Amino acid sequence: MPDKRITINATRYDPEHDEQPRLQSYEIPFYDESMVVLDALNYIKSHVDGSLSYRWSCRMGICGSCGMMVNGTPKLTCNAFLRDYWPRPVMVQPLNNFPIIRDLVIDMDDFMHKLKSIKPWIIRKQEMPLGAGEHRQTNEQIDDFRQFSECINCMLCYAACPVYGLNNEFLGPAATALARRYNLDSRDQGVKQRLPVLADSEGVWECSFVGECSVVCPKGVDPAKAIQQTKLDTTMRFVLPYGTRE
Amino acid sequence: MEFESYDVLVVGGGLAGIRAAIAAVEANPRVKVGMVSKVYPMRSHTVSAEGGAAAVMTPEDSYETHAFDTIKGSDYLADQDVVEAFVREAPIEITQMEHWGCPWSRNPDGTIAVRPFGGMTTWRTVFAADKSGFHMLHTVFQTSLKYPQITRHDEAFVTKLLIEDSRCVGVVALDIRTGRFDAITAKSVILATGGLGRVYAFTTNGNICTGDGMALAYRAGVGLKDMEMVQFHPTGLPFTGILITEAVRGEGGYLLNNEGERFLKRYVPNKMELGPRDIISRAMITEFDEGRGFEGPHGKYMHLDVRHLGEEVIDRKLPFMRELGREFVGIDIVKDPIPVRPVQHYMMGGVDADISGATPILGLYAAGECANVGLNGGNRLGSNSLPECLVFGAAAGRAAAHYASSARPVTTNPVDAMLWDEAHRVEAAYLEKKGGTERIADIREEMQKDMDAGAGVFRTRDGMSRLARNLGGLRERFEKVKIEDSSRTFNTEILAAMELDFMLEVSTTIVFSALAREESRGAHARRDFPERDDAKFLKHTLAFHTNALAPRLEYRDVTITNFKPQARTY
Repeated sequence: MPDKRITINATRYDPEHDEQPRLQSYEIPFYDESMVVLDALNYIKSHVDGSLSYRWSCRMGICGSCGMMVNGTPKLTCNAFLRDYWPRPVMVQPLNNFPIIRDLVIDMDDFMHKLKSIKPWIIRKQEMPLGAGEHRQTNEQIDDFRQFSECINCMLCYAACPVYGLNNEFLGPAATALARRYNLDSRDQGVKQRLPVLADSEGVWECSFVGECSVVCPKGVDPAKAIQQTKLDTTMRFVLPYGTRE
Repeated sequence: MEFESYDVLVVGGGLAGIRAAIAAVEANPRVKVGMVSKVYPMRSHTVSAEGGAAAVMTPEDSYETHAFDTIKGSDYLADQDVVEAFVREAPIEITQMEHWGCPWSRNPDGTIAVRPFGGMTTWRTVFAADKSGFHMLHTVFQTSLKYPQITRHDEAFVTKLLIEDSRCVGVVALDIRTGRFDAITAKSVILATGGLGRVYAFTTNGNICTGDGMALAYRAGVGLKDMEMVQFHPTGLPFTGILITEAVRGEGGYLLNNEGERFLKRYVPNKMELGPRDIISRAMITEFDEGRGFEGPHGKYMHLDVRHLGEEVIDRKLPFMRELGREFVGIDIVKDPIPVRPVQHYMMGGVDADISGATPILGLYAAGECANVGLNGGNRLGSNSLPECLVFGAAAGRAAAHYASSARPVTTNPVDAMLWDEAHRVEAAYLEKKGGTERIADIREEMQKDMDAGAGVFRTRDGMSRLARNLGGLRERFEKVKIEDSSRTFNTEILAAMELDFMLEVSTTIVFSALAREESRGAHARRDFPERDDAKFLKHTLAFHTNALAPRLEYRDVTITNFKPQARTY
């Protein structure tokens, strides 16, 4: 197929020159069935327009850099295949619900603050000395939190979340899933320290259980479940007698 | 002018860099640590490591066997004192990672599990399913957030090391979001910038692996050590170069040629699929040359077959491989063999650093893949690099914190001038440059194609001489590079230009170091010098920057303690 081509309509926005983001159209060769949207962007940057800006690195769905809106759906562009869109054009836009820095690059500082706020580290009343070896933990105990530990911080869930779109104070899917990851870890004793952020007015209670976050997650994480479980947790803490609130 | 100022500044936010930052703070809680990375730390390429981390964890294992396996794997180019220190520290670091929350896969009794790996004589590779690097990176990154002493500069690209009176006193960095040049001063600087795989066309490495730290140190006058030693991993997916972990073979997968034969019986009969990477990659190329590879749209390949392991084992131990097969190749590895071929994966060579990460420049340290502390020699064993990042990241962090606590403060006057000069150099070379004619991508793609052809699995003098000439031509073309993006805001084209500048620099050290090593050792296989030559080359190559294309080469004896070099057969 020497002549197969595909049209990419990509958002362009340079705050130094543009009032508003706009779409620019590029027609490029679709030279290999294995091509993904990211390959198309790289083709444009390499051979057509060197000023197109976007983030990417691993191109194997694990670094979380290359999330964008592809025909309106949040996707990792490294595994969104052109063959699934061709012969129709593909629209590539920055992730919804975030400020745009430039072209397809979003500002994710808000998430970085939220991530820190949920204390995503093992908290223990007393740290075990290294010489005592590892904590015993079975694979079944890991299964309790495994899926929440698979979050790659790609921000697709925030782009899909209508609540975050309306109120970016909302803690949101990935941060809640990661809080859950530590709360469910048998080695952790920090549930109480994370509770204030989770139970805050902008914490899990803002979620209206649309569930789009879990649908778009490229790693099979179910943040919606994390949020519902956390709601239950925060409630139980109020109804249970004091002694059992650990 | 006032600058951000630290006691310890870490350049790079991958496993080695973050481990160094935490170690510095834990060594001295009063230490102020900065961490500058061109990406958010969790995007660092550690994230792509799959198979696991080697350490002596079981009563059946011993430090001596881990050390011997590593030294034999290195084809005796490893410094044996460094290896012996490494194997003792590795288990402590694995336990530390466990305490920080790393979800290591477990034995039924809840202890940390191990799996077999290539070149290791016993089971000693600790793993988190087949996303070990991902889990380790997110564990240390999230843990680092609890230390108020660590300040991050995310998405800032270091363009130059600040050297004053032969002492490193900080860096000049371009803030990618604003386009502003900053001097960040520090009493000590740790380079932890990772590998350089992107100098090759076919690589497992992410887009960010462009040898930045190596080029920065090289230009500051530090030697780059053993740059001819480039690892080719046997099993990459054709077209994308995506890594299929060695753990696939560790768990029992077979490598098959187009006759359905486990061809490794002719090359590493005692180890078969668990032979070391350099030898297996050569075996595959030899089979291809003799007509026993499969032919595909993206070149020749072999089959990696795990069908006999069964769905349960695959889903428990290799779930990411199944995901990669499904998403990127359109196969189910439970039912279909995986197409694979050798792919650039890792750089044994790097910034000349000692056992504590110290380079010959006062105040400058290096750790992780960008460094060469002497651990990996001619060929790194699979699953030694993740513990290397931990052990030597921590060592560099402690050493840098210790040095910083007694070092005199950095004076700002010369820094002011150096910042001014560097900002003007970059602006004149790229932002304000008019009339450039050469596209960045054209030069980069040609460099990558040339490196694949001339500095691949097998090498010859003719091929490398041609490569050296081509790199010289590309360097001249780079002087006429064209920048289309005039914005200061998130200008990734200028980054690409500066990364290409660094890549041309490190590529040159690879080819000239390789040309001069007239023997075959580890990953450096010369068709014109097929034998190892201990009399002449039981030595490290050191490449120093000059004003010409070719570096000045020096040699340094390898440190031998308890393991006398012998023939390397498996």
